Amino acid sequence: MNTVFAPKPTLFQLVGKFWHKHRWSYFFIAPSMILFFIFIAYPVAQAVLLAFQKVDLRGGDWVGLKNFQDLGASKLFWSSMQHTFVYAVFIVIAWITSSMIVASLIQPLVAPVQALFRAAFYLPNVISIVVISLVWIWIFDPDFGFFNYLLTLVGLPKVLWLQNPDIALWSIVLSTVLIVPGSGVVLYSAAMGSVPRDYYEAAEVEGANVLQKLLHITFPLLKPTTLYLTVIYTIAGFQIFERVYIMTNGGPINSTTTIVQLIFQTAFSDFNFGRASAEALILFAIIAVCSLIQFKFLSTDVEY
Amino acid sequence: MSMPAKTIHTAPLARLWANLPGFLIYVILIFVALTSLFPMYWLFNTALTPATSTIKLPPDLIPMNATLNNFAEILKVSGVSKIPIPGSDEVWRVPRLYVWFFNTTFIALFSTAAHLVFDSMAGYAFAKRKFPGSNILFAMILAALMIPPQVTLVPLYMMITQWKLVNTFAGVILPGLADVIGIFLLKQYIQTLPGELEEAARMDGASEWTIYTKIILPLTTPALAVTAIFAFQRYWNSFIWPLIVLQNPDMFTLQVGLAFVRTGEFGTNYGLLLAGAALAAIPMIVFFFAFQKYFMQGLRIGAVKG
Repeated sequence: MNTVFAPKPTLFQLVGKFWHKHRWSYFFIAPSMILFFIFIAYPVAQAVLLAFQKVDLRGGDWVGLKNFQDLGASKLFWSSMQHTFVYAVFIVIAWITSSMIVASLIQPLVAPVQALFRAAFYLPNVISIVVISLVWIWIFDPDFGFFNYLLTLVGLPKVLWLQNPDIALWSIVLSTVLIVPGSGVVLYSAAMGSVPRDYYEAAEVEGANVLQKLLHITFPLLKPTTLYLTVIYTIAGFQIFERVYIMTNGGPINSTTTIVQLIFQTAFSDFNFGRASAEALILFAIIAVCSLIQFKFLSTDVEY
Repeated sequence: MSMPAKTIHTAPLARLWANLPGFLIYVILIFVALTSLFPMYWLFNTALTPATSTIKLPPDLIPMNATLNNFAEILKVSGVSKIPIPGSDEVWRVPRLYVWFFNTTFIALFSTAAHLVFDSMAGYAFAKRKFPGSNILFAMILAALMIPPQVTLVPLYMMITQWKLVNTFAGVILPGLADVIGIFLLKQYIQTLPGELEEAARMDGASEWTIYTKIILPLTTPALAVTAIFAFQRYWNSFIWPLIVLQNPDMFTLQVGLAFVRTGEFGTNYGLLLAGAALAAIPMIVFFFAFQKYFMQGLRIGAVKG
């Protein structure tokens, strides 16, 4: 081979060759990666450090685990956790169930009608939660709200939906679960549409009824979709903020404070950045653990 | 026709019973759909109802005396922005709501455009090009997908304060540009494109930039459309970050402005408040009907957020 006689390239030549070969690749990723390092990677690292400091606008001092210990001793923190869990659990169960039921009801309809229903269920999702929450405040209005009007129609006493600390959190949950999530309907509907017909035909030959077909064919084949939706709905549930901020701002008497609402208050009302970072890290840990558990329980190798 | 009278009377009923499951499905579906759409309906119903008719019982279930008064009123009570006219001492007085509308449109359009360019470049590089470090960098992007945005809220605020970008559009836009979902989506899509065209163009001496703009981008149009639509929706509706960065009411976006009106003097005048909210919602509704196909596609390739 003639390479035997080729001179060994110098380091300079190697770098030059490397640069010549890869410069376009690095050019293509540069803008995104620079933004990524400045506005995601660096702040995440900083959030971890802040969580162990006492910080205000001037600077920080190391305080070890004090922020976490303070949170552990804080009643507000634990009640916020509780509110967030209640909210997340209810919306995940309600959204998965309702979107699955709606998708299976849509399934037998002709294609254009299916598309119409999918659009109808998706439409409310494009509007901002701020706008939706403003409407709900009005629906929940004690004197002239639509809900209390419905209650008076059937002769029930009025309810202080957002003003009663025992009820406010449930009103916020209600405002969320009453709306069937368009994403779930669309994804379940697509997944059901792609289940091969002969699976059902084979089951019918064997004498399976509707329920058996649902339990033994449809549900198992929907598992990947259920996993995906459960994970994103759980994440969305734990991150609830706008609804609470607009409808109750955490009140009355902190009965609707959620974790993100608490992070917001700690950071931008109390300017306790260290403690807010500690709260954010706890939120991150909860979301990570939930996602892992869900993957473990719901993942399958189903392919069809 | 010589059909016996008996059949004529019972046939519809018999058909109804035979079709009961199908009929019931429609009843249930329509009821559930109407419930889901109710807040949206109530938004427009209230916005179009004269202010005096919103505070009465029973409420008007349809806008009986529909009026645009609330829209005119909210323009007044949102305040007036005084925009200096360059080269003169005059100021241009504009209802704040218009300014919020403009701010939101500007921020959303600019961010979406920047996103499309940066994400498609990075997506292309990660999908089609082999270069040292690509695996580790892409793994970092995947990891970042799992980090809730609230984690970076405080450090970003401190950064923006340090850089003196509080109360500027740059402060709102810049951190928002770092979003990894677009890179991920476009990489997944570009990966499925055949490599022959790219290779052929390279043989013909096309530059790498030409290959990206003339071959990759046109083939990626469907995924770009999906990315753009979800990005625009996200920026249009975004709340917490603009709320933190913007303090001057003239700089607000619509969402922040609405929250501002809500906490102000007219916060419980629901006709006004919801007229403003309707104005913020209408562009997204139009947007949805215009690009419905892409919304549905986007969901299926996992572009869903929340």
